[in-house]
Amino acid sequence: MAETISRDDVAHVASLAKLAFDEAKLDQFTDQLTDILTLFETLSEVDTSAVEPTYSVTPNVNHLREDVADNWHQKQELLANSPEEAADLIKVPAIIKGEDD
Amino acid sequence: MTFNYFDHDLSDLHQKLLNHELTAQELTQATLDNIAASDGDVQAFLGTNGPEALQQAQELDEKGDFSNPLAGIPMGLKDNLSTKGLETSGASKILAGFKPVYDATVVQKLQAAGAISVGKLNMDEFAMGGSTENSAYQKTTNAWDHTKVPGGSSGGSATAVAAGQIPYALGSDTGGSIRQPAAFNGIVGLKPTYGRVSRFGLFAMASSLDQIGPLTRTVKDNALVLNAIAGFDKMDSTSVESEVPDFTARLGQGIKGMRIAVPKEYFEEGIDPKVAQQVKSAIEQLRELGATVDEVSLPHTRYGVAAYYIIMSSEASSNLQRYDGIRYGFRSPDAKSLEDVYVKTRSEGFGDEVKRRIMLGTFSLSAGAYDAFFKKAAQVRTLIVEDFNKVFNDYDLIVGPTAPTTAYGLGEEINDPKAMYLADALTIPVNLAGLPGLSINAGFVDGLPVGLQLIGKPFDEATIYQAAQAFEDATRWFEKRPAVAEKY
Amino acid sequence: MANGNFETTIGLEVHVEMQTNSKLLSPSPVHYGDSPNANTNVIDWAYPGVLPVANKGALEYGMRVALALNAKISPFIRWDRKNYFYPDNPKSYQTTQSQTPLGTNGYLDVKLENGETKRVRIHELHVEEDAGKNTHGNDGNSYVDLNRQGTPLVEIVSEPDLHSPDEAYAYLEQLRQVILFTGVSEAKMQEGQMRADVNISIRPYGAKEYGTRVEMKNVNSFNYVRNALIYEEKRQAAALRAGEKLVQETRRYDEPTKSTISMRVKEVADDYRYFPEPDLSPIEISQDWIDEVAANLPKSAAQRRQYYVDDLEIEPYDAEVLTQTLAMADFYDQTVQAGADPKRAANYLIGDVNAYLNKTQLELQETKLTPANLAGMVKLIEDGTISTKQAKKVFEAIMDGEEPEAFAKKNGLVQISDTAILLPWVTEVLDANPQSIEDFKGGKDRAVGFLIGQLMKKSKGQANPGVLNQLLMQELKQR
Repeated sequence: MAETISRDDVAHVASLAKLAFDEAKLDQFTDQLTDILTLFETLSEVDTSAVEPTYSVTPNVNHLREDVADNWHQKQELLANSPEEAADLIKVPAIIKGEDD
Repeated sequence: MTFNYFDHDLSDLHQKLLNHELTAQELTQATLDNIAASDGDVQAFLGTNGPEALQQAQELDEKGDFSNPLAGIPMGLKDNLSTKGLETSGASKILAGFKPVYDATVVQKLQAAGAISVGKLNMDEFAMGGSTENSAYQKTTNAWDHTKVPGGSSGGSATAVAAGQIPYALGSDTGGSIRQPAAFNGIVGLKPTYGRVSRFGLFAMASSLDQIGPLTRTVKDNALVLNAIAGFDKMDSTSVESEVPDFTARLGQGIKGMRIAVPKEYFEEGIDPKVAQQVKSAIEQLRELGATVDEVSLPHTRYGVAAYYIIMSSEASSNLQRYDGIRYGFRSPDAKSLEDVYVKTRSEGFGDEVKRRIMLGTFSLSAGAYDAFFKKAAQVRTLIVEDFNKVFNDYDLIVGPTAPTTAYGLGEEINDPKAMYLADALTIPVNLAGLPGLSINAGFVDGLPVGLQLIGKPFDEATIYQAAQAFEDATRWFEKRPAVAEKY
Repeated sequence: MANGNFETTIGLEVHVEMQTNSKLLSPSPVHYGDSPNANTNVIDWAYPGVLPVANKGALEYGMRVALALNAKISPFIRWDRKNYFYPDNPKSYQTTQSQTPLGTNGYLDVKLENGETKRVRIHELHVEEDAGKNTHGNDGNSYVDLNRQGTPLVEIVSEPDLHSPDEAYAYLEQLRQVILFTGVSEAKMQEGQMRADVNISIRPYGAKEYGTRVEMKNVNSFNYVRNALIYEEKRQAAALRAGEKLVQETRRYDEPTKSTISMRVKEVADDYRYFPEPDLSPIEISQDWIDEVAANLPKSAAQRRQYYVDDLEIEPYDAEVLTQTLAMADFYDQTVQAGADPKRAANYLIGDVNAYLNKTQLELQETKLTPANLAGMVKLIEDGTISTKQAKKVFEAIMDGEEPEAFAKKNGLVQISDTAILLPWVTEVLDANPQSIEDFKGGKDRAVGFLIGQLMKKSKGQANPGVLNQLLMQELKQR
């Protein structure tokens, strides 16, 4: 495995996670994450070539909901909790064109 | 009126309410008084809701129906359980002042049972931590020694019960967050089987690991609370439809002939020798009570922590992306652009441990790292599940220490995340395998409680309770009181 | 070749909103046009602690599309999370099916303009949730409406089998019709119910590697897709001829100039950090379940056309028109089932009913016309109860929801075919017009026309002309 994490990697991961760190914090996180990754590396000792991954231990299969609509009428409470709203819409600083979805 | 929970268990309180020796209002008021008397020392509550609780108690008294075993009895909720109209922050700044608009399923169930919530309990921010020091708001202390941590992340829940503020509390357990603080505070804490209790309304940390459970002073109390909160919920696709037994049914039946396995790996690296000794004598006690006890091996135990931290942080990094400053909670006042709303809100709103785990998880899932980290961890998880399955072919229970140490000093480990993560080594495999696990007080080392962990087969909480009850009857460690009990 | 020495390769990812009652992961209603955020709840807003529960109907709708596109339905599906931050994406992850898509290895036979049929392979199709809707104010803010958030989508990903803008256009048209006839969506482009992400690259003929790809997202008209592709083909070829290097980028189609504009150059690939969704249970799809869905799948347009032409003896062109929408085809089927003559019913739907829809700008299902009433009117014409002329008034009435027979009776539109009533009138008219009888016998056929005119007047236009004619001739011969 021997994956390591550089300061640039940490900065890249931070941008994916929408977090920003000052220089000192970035260094500190790089050190701590590197330390934790050495712990993670113990996994490379395990032969998993023939092992199926377990993503969940739920025994449930096909837990589905019938297609019946039910409006809980929470609109007003939800809008009241939003940091900024206008005309029943959630207000955010402009989405700049090019920040595409 | 004063009221001391050390003198009464839930059944006792229930009888008194039924017989009108006590009213719900008296009990609720006494509880609020107790909290006022001791919370300066233990700092367990993030907020209390006295007026609402008293109002609810009054309504119950007027109705006079105390047929439900929990009716009219106060309790507390970990602050990551959604309570409609009551501030719930998950001990994070990013949800400062946030008032949910719906109740968690467990909250609805307890309300329907007539339980009275008196407040929200401190925790590590978003349940990330093992000492409750990661709360953005306050530091809860251990009920037995206020210079020690209460454990975590359900530290507020554990201390509040251990300090006699309330008879029971709900916590959540993703890698040990009910059992470890229960051990540090000398009480009973159960993490139910994954799917036994609905997670709807639990602020998610790691969806495939999280489970809500009760923290109580005694085993029977614990079973009574689980009776009230267990069961299928159509709002949670991972909650299981299988029938919920009466968890008190097999209490008192003893453990003669019960087959108990003790994994040798649970006594290996990092365990405090005194803790190990205390747990071994507890296991000896189980043998004396008639169980057969054998040493077994769970060979992949040592990989549990690494697999857990990858899976947990990956799921958490995704689950916590909803805290973006757009629809609810905190939005950085300095945010000018949309990118600011995201980055400033999250950078200012989350604490260091939360950020560290978001970073770890985001990294583990990122292109190029996924196979070596996330997928690898999920494969190791399979091996850990198989280890348990093999042992449970021949045994009814697995028993060992809950935590490798007793409660440590406030501030001692907070700056060493890796050491903190390794401290969860004995509880984590249980979450990875989705098994039920309970911690019960197994005595004291240097004045601090030691936890004995009992791990059962999936959906076999009843056997755990049966054994724990036998142990409790034989040892009665729960009768020992911390100094804070003198306050009431 | 259309583009000199270059071969064009086009891939399309088409998103179609499925018209279920409720959203994919929450019970909020799926309904277009309501006030902002009216159809949202704590789950849609990704409140702390909420959990999704997947909609069986949405999954079955997805299965319908898979079947209609001849895809293999996966026996085991796990949902996945696609992580990215955006204001219309409340959880900051989209629930989708990445590793285990619902359907794989399908195909669509597309009729091209030159009459050839081309088989376009479908790489995969999956069910996922739609995002909310952002509107951009001119006040430096954007505004988010989450009504659409969570609407189930089926995404259909083609193999790069399309080699010209016209082929892409034909594929989209054909795909839309196939989806329409599964009944899962009306696929209205103008309401954003069907949207296409378009990839295009060009390479010299014979080259092994594909050229650098340009992507255009959410193009919401087939014409725009075609125009954008025409522009891109030319732009990319010109650039390559000029020795420029193309960059992988996202571009946007600009209708006024019929050109594309660069939006964002992709320096690093997006990192969506897909992983299996732990909050939803996995899904196992048995053959029984597939059979059950297949049994409820409406017949395709092609199947219906064949039936109309072979069994109902409808002209092929008319069959095309009748299968332009599922609503029309269903209506036609029900009208025929209700006993209407297939040809006459087809003529009414293609002619008068379509004209009515055009004039009123209504959809067929928005009118008061029912198959039973249309069939009723056709039967009245067939059995001579009303004349085609009288039918005009009856048609207006059935478009207003009236029952045709009752309306015709009430308004005296019923033809008189009863000889017991008609015979006395014939006798009367003949008695009053001896000259006409003489003329008839003298071989002047004009006399018959005059007599019929007199008789129609007497019957106030209600006499059945056929019966009347026959009766008159019979009486004339006896005089």
